[in-house]
Amino acid sequence: MAEVKITGLHKRYGTFHAVRGIDLDIRDGEFTVLVGPSGCGKSTLLRTIAGLEEISEGTIEIGGEVVNDFRPRDRDVAMVFQDYALYPHMTVAKNIGFGLKARKMPKAEVETRVGEAARMLGITPLLGRFPRQLSGGQRQRVAIGRAIVRNPRIFLFDEPLSNLDAQLRDEMRGEIKRLHQDIATTMIYVTHDQIEAMTLADRIVLMRDGVIEQQGTPLDLFERPASTFVAGFLGSPRMNFLAGTLALSGSVAAIRLSDLLLPVAPGRNLDGATDGQAVLLGLRPEHMTRARGEKPAEGMFRQEATIDLLQPTGSRSYATFRLSGAPVMAELQAHDVSRPGESLPIDINMSRASIFDALSERAL
Amino acid sequence: MAAVAPARRRKRRSIPFGRILLLGFFLIFVLWPLYWMFNTSIKPSDDYLTVPPVWFPSAPTLVHYKAALFTYRGLDGLINSLIISLSATVLSALLGTLMAYSLARYNTGGQHLSFWVLSQRFLPPIGIVLPVFLIYRQVGLYDTHVGLIIAYTVFTLPVSVWMMFAYFRGMPKSMEEAALVDGCTRWEAFWRVAVPLAAPGIVAAAVFAFIACWTEFFFALILTSRTAFTLPTVFRAFIGFQGAQYGEAAALAIVSLVPSIALGVLAQRHLVRGLTLGAVRG
Repeated sequence: MAEVKITGLHKRYGTFHAVRGIDLDIRDGEFTVLVGPSGCGKSTLLRTIAGLEEISEGTIEIGGEVVNDFRPRDRDVAMVFQDYALYPHMTVAKNIGFGLKARKMPKAEVETRVGEAARMLGITPLLGRFPRQLSGGQRQRVAIGRAIVRNPRIFLFDEPLSNLDAQLRDEMRGEIKRLHQDIATTMIYVTHDQIEAMTLADRIVLMRDGVIEQQGTPLDLFERPASTFVAGFLGSPRMNFLAGTLALSGSVAAIRLSDLLLPVAPGRNLDGATDGQAVLLGLRPEHMTRARGEKPAEGMFRQEATIDLLQPTGSRSYATFRLSGAPVMAELQAHDVSRPGESLPIDINMSRASIFDALSERAL
Repeated sequence: MAAVAPARRRKRRSIPFGRILLLGFFLIFVLWPLYWMFNTSIKPSDDYLTVPPVWFPSAPTLVHYKAALFTYRGLDGLINSLIISLSATVLSALLGTLMAYSLARYNTGGQHLSFWVLSQRFLPPIGIVLPVFLIYRQVGLYDTHVGLIIAYTVFTLPVSVWMMFAYFRGMPKSMEEAALVDGCTRWEAFWRVAVPLAAPGIVAAAVFAFIACWTEFFFALILTSRTAFTLPTVFRAFIGFQGAQYGEAAALAIVSLVPSIALGVLAQRHLVRGLTLGAVRG
């Protein structure tokens, strides 16, 4: 168990600047998810922590010790790879025990620990098989077994679920979360899947173009995104963005779309904003509901909408309509609307809405 | 013909006549020279060129084998060939694997070194054999086993390196990286993970190298004389001004096939096992 402290980290490949100045503190026992689109540098960052990539600048500390010049084996970390990277010429038992054997652990103890790890992951019957005789999910379990058997200070996961089919992915995601609850070791997990990030993380580090765009708890990022990029990346279906201008008069603020004036929830901090400033209004689909009752509740804005497109999922229905000319998707109850073309009143929860400066795309 | 065979016949796995005919022709095409060589090696000398030919000698004899192996020193050539070819093969596989790994994983020497290695085969051997001969005379490697082992190692190395280079390039890095994180040094990751996985490639490269050494004639002819001469050079004695020793030539050819075939049979098991990269993906 150990904390990780990264300071001023840069990684260049020739002229390509993959990681551009990362400062990151990961607490002991924390489950941190590095997430971002492909090419954002998240895997590179993970590999520098493992010691598989040399860093161009900065320091990496594990457990209070600068490990910049440590070989991977001396960092006491374990890593689960995207392609599992099992040793094809060894049985499952040999695969799991390989790291212990490489560290010259007595044979009897290796066997005990391999047995324990296998029991924990429910792969005891597979110990005598070779990787090629296993299914994707079983290989994944073996790869995790190889990591936990060593009892390392830090676990690193590099998109471990991306080669599995959807159902297995959900299942393994749950198992990894449970594993973290059981052994409470620091885990750093790389993914491009926002659902994985949201469900697994104690803390999400969202990266873009080699820098950290925002970090915090999943709900922090989800509810208070620092930029349109973060807002658009987390959440499915995506947040709706509507271009408008800010209308300020005294302590009352509103957002003017082409033919609508939406009041900003009172008490919202708009320091530094100016009247007439171009903004993007961010509305999550789940923040729009079918209106009930005579009058909208506090902070709600009611608007009549004609549904263009309806995508029922069973539990919910995604309804697309036009708000001041722009298409907007709302997540309604399954029975709120039955067919496209239907008109109904929609309540927009303005107290949950995000407001971004249109130019910088940063949150106000 | 196979295509029009009725489905029911196919189910019984009967082989269509056309295919048998084709395979038969092919078999005869491949085996006929071998048969004739063997036939000649056990024929009395008078039967070599008779018309009609003797399909199988009525009184088979081993005199040609005796003469080829002892009178013409074929046995010494065989032993020399085995020593030299096996040594050069082992060296070539060892050095080739190390070099190819370095090129594939560390990009040693940039793009140019790997190409330079291959470019060593662009030169026709005759272009370098005279300078090599002169150097060997000067440094005392002429007509020695070591001299020919060095020459053959250098000669086979480019192909070994390139075969292994392609093999290592096609192998995912992640298994070695997993080994590094698991607790291996760079050398252990190479030795305990990369090499076992590359075994089929190493065996294939070694087989190629051995065959190249075993059948090499030109360097052996120029660089050896009465001590380190190899099996192929013995054959030149069979064509003299008093006529050709067909029986002895055929007998020695049969003998020289044995190690090649044995090696092929041994290596085939490894070659057929092929890639075992089953740990990767689904």
